[in-house]
Amino acid sequence: MSAAIKLDVGKLNSFYSPAQILFDVGFTVGSGEVVALLGRNGAGKSTTFKSLVGLVGRREGEIRFEGEEISRLPTYEIARRGLGYVPEDRRVFGELTVEENLEVGRQPPRDGVTTWTPERLYELFPNLAEMRKRPGGQMSGGEQQMLTISRTLMGNPSLVLLDEPSEGLAPKIIEQMADAILKMKKEGLGILLSEQNLHFARLISDRAYILEKGRIRFSGTIAELEANEAVRNQYLAV
Amino acid sequence: MSLYVVQFLTGLANAASLFLAACGLSVIFGVTRIVNFAHGAFYMLGAYVAFSLTLRLEGVVGFWAGIFLAAIIVAAIGALLEMLLLRRIYQAPELFQLLATFGVTLMVQDIVHMIWGAQDLVGPRAPGLQGAVQVMGLPVPTYDILLIILGPLVLGALWLLMHRTRWGVLVRAATEDRDMVAALGVNQKWLFTGVFTLGIFLAAFGGALQIPRTAVNHLMDLSIIAEVFVVVVIGGLGSITGAFLAAVLIAELNAFGILVLPGISLVLMFLVMAVVLVLRPWGFLGKPVSTDAKTIGETTRPWHPWSPTMAVLVAASVLLAAALPAVLGPYGLSIGAQILIAVIFAMSLQFQMSTGGLDSFGHAAYFGLGAYGAAFAIQWFQLPMELALIVGPLAGLVGALVFGWFCVRLSGVYFAMLTLAFAQITWSIAFQWVEVTGGDNGILGVWPSEWASSPAAFYWLTLAAAVLTVLILRHLVFSPFGYRLRGVRDSSVRAESIGISRQRTQYVAFAISGTAAGLAGALFAFLKGSIFPDALAIPTSIDALVMVLLGGVATVSGSVVGAIVYTMATIWLMSETDLSRLVLGGFIVFLVVAFPQGIVGSLSSFTSGSLERWRGRREASRPVALSAEASR
Amino acid sequence: MSNAPLLEVENLSKSYGGVQAVSGVTFSLMPGEMLALIGPNGAGKSTCFNMVGGQIPSNEGRVRIFGRDVAGLSPRQIWRLGVGRTFQVAQVFKSMTVRENVEAVFASHQAGWGLLARAGKAHRAEAEAVLDLIGMADFADRPCADMAYGDVKRLELAMALANDPKLLLMDEPAAGMAPMERIELMALTARIAKERQIGVLFTEHDMDVVFAHADRIMVLNRGQLIAEGEPEAVRNDPQVRAVYLGEGLVYDQAAAAGKASVR
Repeated sequence: MSAAIKLDVGKLNSFYSPAQILFDVGFTVGSGEVVALLGRNGAGKSTTFKSLVGLVGRREGEIRFEGEEISRLPTYEIARRGLGYVPEDRRVFGELTVEENLEVGRQPPRDGVTTWTPERLYELFPNLAEMRKRPGGQMSGGEQQMLTISRTLMGNPSLVLLDEPSEGLAPKIIEQMADAILKMKKEGLGILLSEQNLHFARLISDRAYILEKGRIRFSGTIAELEANEAVRNQYLAV
Repeated sequence: MSLYVVQFLTGLANAASLFLAACGLSVIFGVTRIVNFAHGAFYMLGAYVAFSLTLRLEGVVGFWAGIFLAAIIVAAIGALLEMLLLRRIYQAPELFQLLATFGVTLMVQDIVHMIWGAQDLVGPRAPGLQGAVQVMGLPVPTYDILLIILGPLVLGALWLLMHRTRWGVLVRAATEDRDMVAALGVNQKWLFTGVFTLGIFLAAFGGALQIPRTAVNHLMDLSIIAEVFVVVVIGGLGSITGAFLAAVLIAELNAFGILVLPGISLVLMFLVMAVVLVLRPWGFLGKPVSTDAKTIGETTRPWHPWSPTMAVLVAASVLLAAALPAVLGPYGLSIGAQILIAVIFAMSLQFQMSTGGLDSFGHAAYFGLGAYGAAFAIQWFQLPMELALIVGPLAGLVGALVFGWFCVRLSGVYFAMLTLAFAQITWSIAFQWVEVTGGDNGILGVWPSEWASSPAAFYWLTLAAAVLTVLILRHLVFSPFGYRLRGVRDSSVRAESIGISRQRTQYVAFAISGTAAGLAGALFAFLKGSIFPDALAIPTSIDALVMVLLGGVATVSGSVVGAIVYTMATIWLMSETDLSRLVLGGFIVFLVVAFPQGIVGSLSSFTSGSLERWRGRREASRPVALSAEASR
Repeated sequence: MSNAPLLEVENLSKSYGGVQAVSGVTFSLMPGEMLALIGPNGAGKSTCFNMVGGQIPSNEGRVRIFGRDVAGLSPRQIWRLGVGRTFQVAQVFKSMTVRENVEAVFASHQAGWGLLARAGKAHRAEAEAVLDLIGMADFADRPCADMAYGDVKRLELAMALANDPKLLLMDEPAAGMAPMERIELMALTARIAKERQIGVLFTEHDMDVVFAHADRIMVLNRGQLIAEGEPEAVRNDPQVRAVYLGEGLVYDQAAAAGKASVR
């Protein structure tokens, strides 16, 4: 297990001055593993993701990615090392076509990781293939979600952070998204996703962490979470 | 007929340099979201450097090498500026960026003065292109033909660069979302530097190309920047093709305007801009600028009326100020009056900016209208000072009602640029309509009434006016109207859905602000005994902005402190150095970088921690002060 | 309960540049009723919603609120009729305290220019009554910026209710909130709606919220209403499953069925 650990986070503290948002957050993600980060809105899930890729004001602690310390690197360096980030609000480039959006994400192939091409991504998300020349701004929410994931995959990451991939999507689209995530997992990608939709998280995740007020309150397998009604009631309360 | 054709061709040739400068500004804005006021300064630098180089390099090759080399050298300076200054202020509100780059403009003015001297310089003509081509029997300079061809060529090249290269795609992506581009592995620092360098190269190239046509002079920077603003706003911020269309329109308007309406061609240009903006608020090809741009008055700390302690402190300070004539002589009192006038002027802008969220870049218009209004009352109608002090604010009010009607239809940086344009219109009328305004000679003999003519009496008069203005404006902040105004600033969507009209509310605020500025202007005319077009010029608007900035934009009335500090500092500065623009410019740049919230704002942020706004709070999740449990 | 509908929408249509965003939508809403408008992204929910709220003019059809045709009225005028509104991303005045936010609502419809009074004094009691109703009286003096998002959403609801509206339009009220906060907010809304006989029209993607709180559901697809009725009927509608609900893996089947069987 430990040999396959891709991302190892220890004692992560993050601040939006002057407020501290994260307190000693620690977790791991292995290759080919889907890990869910659960918790209420404001619990610190998005901040955790932004901390990992260097998009918050100040962070302290250890973030080891493929054995290397990345907590002092600028955002673009982190991405170039193969840590892909899909933001919660999709953030596709509305003026750019699907093809151009993918081009922005393109990075050179990396050893030992799947190399993605636009053609391979169109197989993963057939909807996108039909709209290569369409500007991102003229796509539906579900299509944009597919595009933003594809765009990150163009960087040939070995681990992907998915921030709330189901937010605001129709149930039917969420099911498609679950399929795609399982396919990515089959390619050997490690996936860390934050979710509010527990049903969706259950469908695809191997393990889960629960974040509450910036601290990790639970860690375990999905089966353990299923069994632990007290934890679910206390922190998720569905 | 042939005259018109030739005039048309001249217009097209003029459009070339204008387009180069404007599209540079547009590209820079698109990616960095910075409206680069210093663009005109780089345009001017391009011309000066090209002048020096082409004097030394000879022949056809030498001439063109000189032109290109000048653009490259200036672009390198631009890159340096980007790395040293702009990188620190990308997260700052737009108006701060405008201010910082205006500071750079001031500094460049003095530097150019030191290196090249005060006189106009005439550069060499382009070798091989000195002649003229006959068009319908009239000569058109060959060099103009070259410029006419050059414009579309540059447009095409830029289009290819932006759409057919990876760099261009990255630039367009960064225009929409810079952080996302970084998260996809692109080093956006260098992308920004690259874009800024390209923009400056284009501006400097545009300036350098002018040397065979016009004398290189000191006014190039501000005159081109006003035109460039107009072009970019009409064309649509961020649109290169839009800049081209607008540059042609404006250049032709100028070319024919001189035939039809000599003297007020400048007015024509700004009027066209106003009309275009009302019909198409984002210009020909522009897109609505994202509304997440930080409003300058934004604050997350609720405002409160003065506490009893604070009220006592304020009353004590006022009493102290009222006692000053006991210790100060006439010179000291006239400086005191000048400071108090600055307080009124700054407060009027602060009301509009901090409470109303309207970032005006042309507040000089209402100050100047107040001053000219009072002067007219004295000179043309022989009214006493008491009435002139009512006419002045009324003139400010009328100006604000007329200009505000257009301005409140826009928001953000477009609003700022439109206010600037209206201020320039008023300035050009005061400057050009010599029969009425006296033009550059101004209006003299604006003296106070007998009872107020002693320095002490006039000082007390301004003190009373200042105290009254501050109290009234502060009261308005906490009145139902003030709630509406702040509501509109915080969320116009919410305001509209609880029955508050954004436009009407902001219009009223604009009018109140203009009236108060008019009062300041009227008092100023009586203090000086005269009034000149300078009172309406860009630097006057900047003064007000710096005072508000110093005092803290997130405060209700911090600009009172800002006005006192700034006015004393500039008076002292003028007496100490010949390079006042260099020092003042450096000061403004320092201020923006070091104290983004101003003096009062920075002090209060030690306790409230509102500094987070400066550090990209848009991305911040809110501190969870109340958990779901606690709130039940 | 009165039998006159609060809101009647007849044959409402809108097209943008030849694309039919909404076509021939007809429905009505009774006092005290919670009516959900659901459908895939781009189905025309927002367009429909904004036509009712006055943000977008319709091409065809009629919207009547309290029996009055509201064609040509601005959002402000519609608000004055007694229509409250909340947004997908909560829109509050973040530079003010919680109480000042509600006071601002009262300041907005005070007659005259409102230049003379002191707003904080004039509307204090009214504002506190509204905060009481929404259970936020204890937080009246807190800066809005310090509130958790769930509380900001509640504050927004308070602002929408301050005008004592008879019709409430809520655009994705649960978006961006934690599961428990969603339930709380919607339960609160439902309670107030019943008590005050307010009709609530809301759009929502969270099916847990929809099935738990809607009295009636309308499903929009490609601009047309494809189903309308009680939650259980809609949930079992094959067409709705095909275009929108899917296999039902990602929402709470048990809760949805439970609510349905209780009826």
